[in-house]
Amino acid sequence: MSHLLLASDLAVKYVPLPAKQIDTGATAWILTSSALVLLMTPALAFFYGGMVRAKHTLTMLLQNFATIGIVSVTWIVIGFTWAFSGDGKYLGDMHFVFLRHIGDEVPALGDFQLIPTMCFVAFQLTFAIITPALITGSTADRWRFGPFVAFVTIWSVVIYAPVAHWVFDGYGWLNRSLIEPGGHFFAQDFAGGTVVHINAGAAGLAMALILGKRKGWPKEQMRGHNIPFVLLGAGLLWFGWFGFNAGSELGADGVASAAWVNTNTATATALLGWLLAEKLRYGKSTALGAASGAVTGLVAITPCAGWVSPMGSIFIGFIAGFVCAFAISLKNRFGFDDSLDVVGVHFVGGWIGTLSVGFFSTKGTNSLGNDGILYGGGGHFGGWNLLLHQFLAAGAVTVFSFVGTAIIGLIINLVIKNRVPEDWEAEGLDTAMHGESAYDWGAVGTSGHFGTTTAGAPAKEGALA
Amino acid sequence: MKQITAVVKPFKLDDVKAALEVLGVQGLTVSEVQGFGRQRGHTEVYRGAEYTVDFVPKVRIDVVVSDDDVDKLVAAIVEAARTGKIGDGKVWVTPVEALVRVRTGERDSDAI
Repeated sequence: MSHLLLASDLAVKYVPLPAKQIDTGATAWILTSSALVLLMTPALAFFYGGMVRAKHTLTMLLQNFATIGIVSVTWIVIGFTWAFSGDGKYLGDMHFVFLRHIGDEVPALGDFQLIPTMCFVAFQLTFAIITPALITGSTADRWRFGPFVAFVTIWSVVIYAPVAHWVFDGYGWLNRSLIEPGGHFFAQDFAGGTVVHINAGAAGLAMALILGKRKGWPKEQMRGHNIPFVLLGAGLLWFGWFGFNAGSELGADGVASAAWVNTNTATATALLGWLLAEKLRYGKSTALGAASGAVTGLVAITPCAGWVSPMGSIFIGFIAGFVCAFAISLKNRFGFDDSLDVVGVHFVGGWIGTLSVGFFSTKGTNSLGNDGILYGGGGHFGGWNLLLHQFLAAGAVTVFSFVGTAIIGLIINLVIKNRVPEDWEAEGLDTAMHGESAYDWGAVGTSGHFGTTTAGAPAKEGALA
Repeated sequence: MKQITAVVKPFKLDDVKAALEVLGVQGLTVSEVQGFGRQRGHTEVYRGAEYTVDFVPKVRIDVVVSDDDVDKLVAAIVEAARTGKIGDGKVWVTPVEALVRVRTGERDSDAI
């Protein structure tokens, strides 16, 4: 997403995208990638859904599916234009509001835009969806549905869109590749280590603290009810992530291919790293550990995917998998209920990946990048300077996301309590909040009589969820 | 009439059922149960958190028999269910006051 055009003009000029600039191969790949990445949110629903207790399963699945519904609207109304228009350092303008002027080029892409702007909208939409969906892992089993819907609506516009502009847009203040091609501040985040994972991780921590611990945690046992669901979700995430990372090249070329191989390699070694850590700590490697390690590798390689080599990916993945297998215990040490380890996996994994760029980035993979410390990077913004830029970008997103999310969460709390009542939590949110249950537990229910039906009658008036 | 209740290891169910059938038992009720005795549960680790599973899964068999058959049937169950290892289960006998077959209305020994 970087490009080297020197844009010395002050006011951004919008020009129609020339038809001959569109590359059909790139467009086909990015449309396909968009579908792949969209699948990641239902995949995440199952990844998380298997890790919660049976009585809260549908609540988790619904939060993720509802996020697809909400952000699909907020993105085309306002989110996209705030993220990808204008030449502002911190925020886009209103040029693409309601997807008006969608025949125009995205200013930051310019001559490098090989796909229709509408295709870019679709691809970036799927990122905007999964990022708030990731937060549901740290807030599992205790968030009222109404406040959750309000939160995602606001967060996707007020937090996600600006951060996407900072990092993904060539005019953003963490990605000055466009303004200062001689290279000053240029954090390299290929597919969203900061925008997606650190962002969601910091937000997840903030909301976990605002909502408080699940009733009974950590004394009460809360093991996941369906580990096969977790592995199914992890497998689908792995599949969809090829669109996420290889698609982020916004073209169908050698860098996209490298991103694909790097993604698979780091995921594989992170899986192995996590299994090894478990074996050393507990004497046994677990299936849940394999799924967790795979996702950690996917997270860590995200910012690196189009910048590093496959050999570098071996190390990035393994380090991430091994370290995060220990990082998930932070919540026990510090006593915050990050229920499904969004902090331990996405926040820590996102940081590891973002900093790894500073060590492993190589022009051998992508000439638009800089050489990292291990590749003899020197000059203005390679080597240690690159690592510093990576650190500052990760830090800036961490602070903004944590503080911004906390403000949103606390404001919502003033209007309607985020936290569910205690008795709903004991009963199970599926029945208490949504009036349905994930599983039919046996003969009494299935043998034909399941209580009295009131078909056609209005549903019982429930509490305002 | 007596009710024999046996709580045994799940994989021994088929052996117990076969042993009872050989001795003329024509029906029984089976349920999946959990509990503990001298055999304790086990621990599982999920993402670094240790979970203690206190209750061990067992199969419970209930069968109502006439007084004369109790001793040999109990002996047959014990024989069939035994592995010699901890956790083989228990068998106990309780008196039954009345019995009715739902379809025909037959009572007591006719309903066995």
